[in-house]
Amino acid sequence: MLDSVILSGIFTILIGVGGMFAYFWASNWVLDNVVYPPRGENIGRNINRANAIRPWLFLFPAMFALGLYLVVPVFYSAWLSVTSGVAEDGGWYRNYTEIFANETFRVSLLNNMLWVLVVPAASTAFGLLAAQLTDRLSWGNLAKSLVFMPMAISFVGASLIWSFVYHPDIDIGVINALRGLFGAEEGVTLVDGQIIDSFLLMVVLIWIQTGFAMVILSAALRGVPEETIEAAILDGANPFQIFFKIKVPQIMGTIVVVWTTITILVLKVYDIVAAMGNQYRNLEILPTQMMRYFDSGNYGFATAISIVIMVLVLPVMVWNIRQARAELR
Amino acid sequence: MDNIAGQKSGLGIATHLATLLLVIVWIVPTVGLLVTSLRDQDAISETGWWMALQGAPLTFVVEVPVDDQQEGEGGGWLLETNVFEGESGAALPDDVVGRATVDAFGVSRLRGANLAPGETAETRDGVAVTVERDGTLIARSPEQMEGALNLPMALIAPPQITLENYAEVLTDMDAEDRAEALEQGRSLDDLLFSEEALFGPFVNTLTVSIPATVIPIVIAAFAAYALAWMDFPGRGLLIAIVVGLLVVPLQLAFVPLTIIHEWFGIGKSFLGIWLAHTGFGLPLAVYLLRNYMVGLPRDIIENARVDGATDFEIFWKIVLPLSFPALASFAIFQFLWTWNDLLVASVFLPADTESTVMTRFVVTNLLGSRGGEWHILAAAAFVMIAVPLIVFFSMQRFLVRGLLAGSVK
Repeated sequence: MLDSVILSGIFTILIGVGGMFAYFWASNWVLDNVVYPPRGENIGRNINRANAIRPWLFLFPAMFALGLYLVVPVFYSAWLSVTSGVAEDGGWYRNYTEIFANETFRVSLLNNMLWVLVVPAASTAFGLLAAQLTDRLSWGNLAKSLVFMPMAISFVGASLIWSFVYHPDIDIGVINALRGLFGAEEGVTLVDGQIIDSFLLMVVLIWIQTGFAMVILSAALRGVPEETIEAAILDGANPFQIFFKIKVPQIMGTIVVVWTTITILVLKVYDIVAAMGNQYRNLEILPTQMMRYFDSGNYGFATAISIVIMVLVLPVMVWNIRQARAELR
Repeated sequence: MDNIAGQKSGLGIATHLATLLLVIVWIVPTVGLLVTSLRDQDAISETGWWMALQGAPLTFVVEVPVDDQQEGEGGGWLLETNVFEGESGAALPDDVVGRATVDAFGVSRLRGANLAPGETAETRDGVAVTVERDGTLIARSPEQMEGALNLPMALIAPPQITLENYAEVLTDMDAEDRAEALEQGRSLDDLLFSEEALFGPFVNTLTVSIPATVIPIVIAAFAAYALAWMDFPGRGLLIAIVVGLLVVPLQLAFVPLTIIHEWFGIGKSFLGIWLAHTGFGLPLAVYLLRNYMVGLPRDIIENARVDGATDFEIFWKIVLPLSFPALASFAIFQFLWTWNDLLVASVFLPADTESTVMTRFVVTNLLGSRGGEWHILAAAAFVMIAVPLIVFFSMQRFLVRGLLAGSVK
């Protein structure tokens, strides 16, 4: 059985990759030799036409996949959210009004807001701290590597790791063991569905994302011109003033980028809540709500929630596109 | 900041300490679970993983027969023996005898093992008992002793590293069942692919993530070349669209793609998830690769063009080899993302063990039914984490470079 699985995997890769290369090669060959061959009486016109078409041959597979898997679904979801489910025999807005009337949905929206407020701020702050601390340290690279490591760990794996830290048994969970050091005799259940427990789940994502923030901010700190720091030292600034008044303002652009990148991620995160707080209504967030409706086949509510998530992401998307266009000019 | 007189040493030490604290907080959770995954199932419930090096005390009531061994001695009776030997030793588990030492002992079952080794206490029958750390027992009594001494003892065996948890989670059988199954003639292959074993999902995760990493790279590389080095109307708009698609929430695509896949007859299958991962990974791939390719020296490409090379040749022979660092960066991202993904797998793959991936298997099968069995969960977590960690530590350079190319301008 194992050999057959491995064989089919290799086969797929060969088909996929070989097929793609074959497409690119063959389509170019056909364009140059059959459709517009660079010879005969129209040679100049043919070459120009071939070169006008060629970019689209290069782009076609990517555009097709992006179109089918991302662009079409955006509009299709929007369409479904106003036509399917309860919207079929009510107003087009029925899916939206009903989810907003739902108590659990409002809790999950509130929780999402909390996540968006806390996680990017904390990750960026810890990342900045880690970047500054390790900047001139002899063992800085090792320290960075270790703080960065959680990036490689899946959300599910990280949830297991932290569930173990939060374990209610005083002889198993580190948090309860620490409470034991300060005199507690019994362990307490840390994640038991209180609204406040969301923060314990956020810790997992902060733990993962701090490394990301650190790597990028550390590069930005390296890019701060030496002269500005030397000038500040000559003027008698202390290390904290140098950090907050000289360095941070100069890397503000990067801080914003890191912040928004993590914000986008937070809006989409699903795994941590699914793994750690699946049975608690109070810990729900929009993506887990969406998946609940999706799994039960309620496509009207599911698409309506996904559109709500999309609306929350929209400002960042517009801002990103503006930045990109500004760079192109 | 380094050359401020008088402040350097104090702040320097504070920096070292703060960094050390940060690093410890960051790695302790992972280390804890790793240590746990290598511990014996009983030890996990007995003591915290931070005590792993000391071993876990196990409590036994040791029955020491006294009849034959006692000797008369100046008006009293003396028994000198070792609890790990003779009949009392034979009654203890094999892995305790020969490895364990006495951590505490007691003379009454009611009060338990409340005395440190070397102390002396009297039993209800007036026998003064001393037990040393190595198990030596000395009992003195004014009268002849009868029957046996029943002494509660806490025995500590030095920690043992075991891979049994991993074997158990990969085959869904403990050591005994496994030996029995193999004896009955079931092949190892059969055990590994049994219904509740993690090995099948491990292979499935590989089956999902490798094609889902390789295929988008090829597609994106061609598109990125066109966006970077070919001139055509609408190029700026396409780049803007790709940047916009970078942040589109995947959730939007689930319902439509489920319907579309059903309609195409793909349904829930490996083909479906490869295509989905390809589509979802493309914006980042195109964006990263284009940013990199645009920075390649213009001269090389113009010269090749003047020499009569076609775009296909330029791409294939010049741009692609030069773009290796960017290709590697994206490959690592996409591999980590597809390997670690739970959401896309929940939507595009069937739920049965035959085709599910590890993340989903852990959340639905292990967390639900075996939520309290940490020897299983810890081992499962590290089977899941091992491959990404190896990739991470061996290719960190490319990962960092990719992150920087993606976010810092």
